[in-house]
Amino acid sequence: MEGLTLSDAEQKYYSDLFSYCDIESTKKVAANGRVLELFRAAQLPNDVVLQIMELCGATRLGYFGRSQFYIALKLVAVAQSGFPLRVESINTVKDLPLPRFVASKNEQESRHAASYSSDSENQGSYSGVIPPPPGRGQAKKGSVSHDTVQPRTSTDQQEPASPVVSPQQSPPNSPHTWRKHSRHPSGGNSERPLAGPGPFWSPFGEAQSGSAAADAVWSGHSPPPPPPQETWVSFADTPPTSTLLTMHPASVQDQTTVRTVASATTANEIRRQSSSYDDPWKITDEQRQYYVNQFKTIQPDLNGFIPGSAAKEFFTKSKLPILELSHIWELSDFDKDGALTLDEFCAAFHLVVARKNGYDLPEKLPESLMPKLIDLEDSADVGDQPGEVGYSGSPAEAPPSKSPSMPSLNQTWPELNQSSEQWETFSERSSSSQTLTQFDSNIAPADPDTAIVHPVPIRMTPSKIHMQEMELKRTGSDHTNPTSPLLVKPSDLSEESKINSSVKFASGNTVADGYSSSDSFTSDPEQIGNNVTHQRSHSGTSPDNTAPPPPPPRPQPSHSRSSSLDMNRTFAVTTGQQQAGVVAHPPAVPPRPQPSQAPGPVVHRPVDADGLITHTSTSPQQIPEQPNFADFSQFEVFAASNVNEEQDDEAEKHPEVLPVEKASDSASSLRVAKTDSKIEEKTAASVPANVSKGTTPLAPPPKPVRRRLKSEDELKPEVDEHTQKTGVLAAVLASQPSIPRSVGKDKKAIQASIRRNKETNTVLARLNSELQQQLKDVLEERISLEVQLEQLRPFSHL
Amino acid sequence: MAVCVAVIAKENYPLYIRSSPTENELKFHYMVHTSLDVVDEKISAMGKALVDQRELYLGLLYPTEDHKVYPSYLLCRYGYVTNSKVKFVMVVDSSNTALRDNEIRSMFRKLHSSYTDVMCNPFYNPGDRIQSRAFDSMVTSMMVQVC
Repeated sequence: MEGLTLSDAEQKYYSDLFSYCDIESTKKVAANGRVLELFRAAQLPNDVVLQIMELCGATRLGYFGRSQFYIALKLVAVAQSGFPLRVESINTVKDLPLPRFVASKNEQESRHAASYSSDSENQGSYSGVIPPPPGRGQAKKGSVSHDTVQPRTSTDQQEPASPVVSPQQSPPNSPHTWRKHSRHPSGGNSERPLAGPGPFWSPFGEAQSGSAAADAVWSGHSPPPPPPQETWVSFADTPPTSTLLTMHPASVQDQTTVRTVASATTANEIRRQSSSYDDPWKITDEQRQYYVNQFKTIQPDLNGFIPGSAAKEFFTKSKLPILELSHIWELSDFDKDGALTLDEFCAAFHLVVARKNGYDLPEKLPESLMPKLIDLEDSADVGDQPGEVGYSGSPAEAPPSKSPSMPSLNQTWPELNQSSEQWETFSERSSSSQTLTQFDSNIAPADPDTAIVHPVPIRMTPSKIHMQEMELKRTGSDHTNPTSPLLVKPSDLSEESKINSSVKFASGNTVADGYSSSDSFTSDPEQIGNNVTHQRSHSGTSPDNTAPPPPPPRPQPSHSRSSSLDMNRTFAVTTGQQQAGVVAHPPAVPPRPQPSQAPGPVVHRPVDADGLITHTSTSPQQIPEQPNFADFSQFEVFAASNVNEEQDDEAEKHPEVLPVEKASDSASSLRVAKTDSKIEEKTAASVPANVSKGTTPLAPPPKPVRRRLKSEDELKPEVDEHTQKTGVLAAVLASQPSIPRSVGKDKKAIQASIRRNKETNTVLARLNSELQQQLKDVLEERISLEVQLEQLRPFSHL
Repeated sequence: MAVCVAVIAKENYPLYIRSSPTENELKFHYMVHTSLDVVDEKISAMGKALVDQRELYLGLLYPTEDHKVYPSYLLCRYGYVTNSKVKFVMVVDSSNTALRDNEIRSMFRKLHSSYTDVMCNPFYNPGDRIQSRAFDSMVTSMMVQVC
């Protein structure tokens, strides 16, 4: 073997280790089993171990002689320091830290534990656990020296006493693990083996300030926080400095058992048991300062975020296994936005440090590490999350798990400079959150649908909007369950349960409000509104979605109040068709509007149209109006009354109409067919007339009648414009009814029939609207019930 | 009440699969695998881009079938696909209580949100098996809800 020069410390250490392995006390050969165990404890990759074994010559010899063993140990140290394994390196590498063995040396551990446990300070702290490397020269306590022989018994006693304490949560009991080795009691014990006490002792370390920094912690990092370490070191004045870290192999852990071997880790954190702290997860001032400095190196703005990729690189330098880093990230990225704020970063850093020191990662973020630290107000917390949501474009979820009332971590907070900044940050966030919440709350009322829902009375505009939206919704959606979109949408938009629930409630409220009104429209508008609400609240990134559907133009879709509307619609519908008819009609029919209009929304075309027999051809479609004949008498009566009214209302052509009506009365059923058709045409014509007039359909029949008259009057002029009959019309109008009498009769009949038809139309339309309203009501009720059910459900199955 | 939950990547390999009864896990794996065909069918049938979450939820994939081994197990498979073509398949035992459609949807929503959380983790390489503890715990909560 090459000459191996060992320092005194190393010599001692190695000899101790050899003794440990030398179970047969041969003083010559170290038991392979033990040696392998030791090497496994070194936490080196298998190939490295094999290489070491080969280099040291054991494979050649088949056993580990003392020299081989020493060489192997030295190589382990070399490997752990990150240097390439080479035979020369044994001697050339200066200041090599002692090889660290994480595992198993139960005896050592127990021994140390025992020795330390005796220290009062060790209670509840790791220090006892820290099994200083046997015989570490520097170890202050002499007790450390015996490595090998281990009073297992004492171990037993010790174990309970010692370690474990530290981090309340996971740092499991090293004793368990130790025990495991020695007697495999609990085998898989449960607790996450806290793996040893954690403190990494810098190889050279004394718990001195500088020593800790011996190894570069994270390559690339500035020297591991020596200052912090020192404070940590203060845990207990247990010897420490030995580099031998006996930690539990994490084997117990499901996670990585591989503790990074990198020597860097040792330098890093010397954590002595925080005997002084009850909560090992607390971040000391120095630590925090260090973290903040590190944060600054990545992100100069303390209020800013560290993006995930940068954080990944940074923490990868710690050489922790990816799985553990992943878990640390999960714990520390509180708002799940893929970026780390200063607090999150500090928490993550702290967890990494803890992990390197052997603390097991907790399942949940320890309270002291929660970002709440900085939040002194709950509003800030709330704001934090939504604020974060706003910040990150990703579907960030406000962590539902975040417990708002985390008592602010006293500690360093107030002392740190950043505190003010942090506060500012949060205040910003809170304001943003408030903005968001306000936004949410505003959405509902702002939504025309919901607003409309309330009032039972049918409102023209709103109803129209509703109906249109309903139609839009119906056409657009394929859902069968009205509530599903309601539920689905919110979730779709925001994944945060909290927001979801709030939104749902908001939507539920709006819906409920809608339900209160009997006339509310169907769920569709509700959903639309709700969806819009949700979208608005959650998708900051999709402003388009949030825009409420533009209020449908005031079209003339079926309207509840509709008699006149219907008329309009009817008119509108027929307008197109009838234009031709109208044009064709021009007949010099005197404007016999009143009579025809009387009862129903029958708008008669100015009698002009009726006069022409030729019109029949133009209105074949309306032939089935014949039954209206019978109504003529009624029409006449009405006509008379209407005429009277009309006369009162308008002058001009009315008087002419009157005589015309009279004439028509006399004419009676002549040319019924023609009249019918004409009446229909008139109806059609009147429709357009009304439409053109723009008469608001709100008027009850009498009004429409009047309107019709007016429209008819207007129609007349229109007709005049359109047809050459204008002259006739004028003549008719101007002249007295005598001529149009016969024609008037026909016209009258037609007009009467038209009137009747229109009346029936109106009635049917009203009925339709009423039924629709009822349908809407029922649907709304259904939606409300479903929403309630949905709200209640989370409690049942969550 | 989910008996088995599986997360399948775009390329149809499982990212995460877990069954509650530990026995017959293979059977569940097989069921999930066969469900993938149905999922693909539905996806292709959809045609246009699935943007709406309603469309993400594929519903009952396959008529329920009796679980041969366990008495009175009525197993329903439900599918759900994300925009990135990551599929969630859930096998539920509806023998106890018929799970309402909305409940299934909410379960998928939770799955989806937990999945996005996993994605947000920079240390997670897409395509790796999901080993997140949070995800595990969420799935556990879903699976032991009732049974």
